[in-house]
Amino acid sequence: MPLEVNGKSFETDEEGYLANLSDWQPELANAMAEADGAELGENHWEVINFLRSYYEEYQIAPAVRVLTKAIGKKLGKDKGNSKYLYELFPYGPAKQACKYAGLPKPTGCV
Amino acid sequence: MAAAEFKVPKIDEYPVIPHLQEDAMAHSQPYIAKPDFQEKLGFPGELVDNWKEVAIDKMGELTGKYRSLQVFLDSCVKCGACTDKCHYYLGTADPKNMPVARQDLFRKVYRRYHTLSGKLFPKLVGAEDLTEEVLDDWYSYFHQCSQCRRCSVYCPYGIDTAEISMAAREVMDAVGKGQKYCNEIIGKVHVIGNNLGLPEPALADTLEGLEEDVEEETGATVRFPLDVKGADVLLVTPSADFFAEPHIDGLIGYAKVFHQAGISWTLSSFASEAANFGMFIGSYENMQKLALRIRQAAIDLGVKRIVFGECGHAWRVAYSFLNTLAGPFDFLDQDYPVPQHICEVTHSLIQEGKLTLDASQNDDMVITYHDSCNVARASRMGDRPGGQFEIPREIIKAVCNNYVDMPSYSIKEGTYCCGGGGGLLTDDLIELRVKGALPRMEALKNVVDNYGVTHMAAICAICKSQFSKVFPYYDFSMDQVVSLHQLVSNAIVLPPDEDSLPGEEQAEAA
Repeated sequence: MPLEVNGKSFETDEEGYLANLSDWQPELANAMAEADGAELGENHWEVINFLRSYYEEYQIAPAVRVLTKAIGKKLGKDKGNSKYLYELFPYGPAKQACKYAGLPKPTGCV
Repeated sequence: MAAAEFKVPKIDEYPVIPHLQEDAMAHSQPYIAKPDFQEKLGFPGELVDNWKEVAIDKMGELTGKYRSLQVFLDSCVKCGACTDKCHYYLGTADPKNMPVARQDLFRKVYRRYHTLSGKLFPKLVGAEDLTEEVLDDWYSYFHQCSQCRRCSVYCPYGIDTAEISMAAREVMDAVGKGQKYCNEIIGKVHVIGNNLGLPEPALADTLEGLEEDVEEETGATVRFPLDVKGADVLLVTPSADFFAEPHIDGLIGYAKVFHQAGISWTLSSFASEAANFGMFIGSYENMQKLALRIRQAAIDLGVKRIVFGECGHAWRVAYSFLNTLAGPFDFLDQDYPVPQHICEVTHSLIQEGKLTLDASQNDDMVITYHDSCNVARASRMGDRPGGQFEIPREIIKAVCNNYVDMPSYSIKEGTYCCGGGGGLLTDDLIELRVKGALPRMEALKNVVDNYGVTHMAAICAICKSQFSKVFPYYDFSMDQVVSLHQLVSNAIVLPPDEDSLPGEEQAEAA
């Protein structure tokens, strides 16, 4: 099911993850969030941006613990925990946030 | 990612056998593997034109190769003992989720093409032609079996539905109808070494972060070594231990145990996965290829022992099959079990008094323990029967002051699957996963309500992820599932390094 943004169509897989990671642009994240009935605020973007830069370096999404630590440093210790990340991304920071960030879905026993 | 579009089953006070609802789960099917994933594993990319012949031939090949499979197909007398033993039947009420009915989906085709009576008088012996509808049913219902083997415990003939399920998936792979979740993952392990697709630099970075965390928390330098040649122990653990919660807290526990016992150990970036999804799809070739990575890593690193972290089916593969898949392991130290489970290591160290433990550190919890199906029913720990039940419990009791077992029908050899095992831990099967968790949720609620249990410990990566996901559907919170070695980690008393004064560290860093 392709995703339409700015008059362009972007290929996604069955679960709505972007097929070509290089297609990603911020509008796509907003469109995906909208489809889930969510709106992305500044703190969501902190997470998405961190995921993207980590992915660029390591070709994989960061461990949940790595993510919470990084967010804690950026947004304050009270937000550096998975509870806060689940508030931001109720379907799970690893999966929902990765999807918005244009990363592939983490696979395995997770 | 919409909200649940299905009804979450109601938790009853005690297990109730549901009234049948025909085809209640006929719609449940996982995503089909793309040609790319299929071909990498040696399977046809998509459904082949002559799939019927291929399937029938493959079935004959498997019953010829695995005598157990033929015996299971031939010996069922329809006594019905298994009917109410499957968590998916109890949670979905779909009669095809009764183990005997699930087996019959395969058995009726076997009879039609591979038995004399079925060839001559199909209607008299319940034999049926292989049609598209049958294949569709296979795809649906053999992906509603977590291969947990609970039904086989109650079967007077010991018929193992898991083996039939594995065979059915193998036949489906052979005709080009594989499951995305399992096959994509197996392909990743062949290339990168683990289910996640976690490359070495990311693994190294994650482990370094853990060293910092533990030092910050305890003042002790606990190493998480990677690819260290000449270490005594190679730890092979599910890659979820590097990624997810509460898994990673278990990994910290293993590291603390090795640290305090003075055991030199290492992880391997080549064999950075304990899980072996080759078993779930019944593919001996893929299972062997995955297992050989572990052998290779052990040889390359020159270790003396192989220890497995907390993973259910990995322990089945390790304990029951590793030697024939990837042996002989005559180059390892024969004074230790080959391979060994991390629980066996920790348990021995506790008995020898080599760990300093303060159980009061876990006083904020009342713990119960979930026996993982593959550990409980397909393997053992220690040197006596039932060790796989006693050893984890004895560890928990050594590190926690408050422990309560769930009702007897739901633990040890009668344990219920978490609902996500056997290659079903994927979002496209979430309805099945939630419903299949019902019997475990009922048993848990019993001890929560009656004994104040606050947390459930597990020693399987799939169980931990599955419970984190489904707990909220049943009004538990996701952090109520913990890793067994997380409890060990909490209790273990590590003296801070004498030489790790903050001033010195800064000097070193500068």
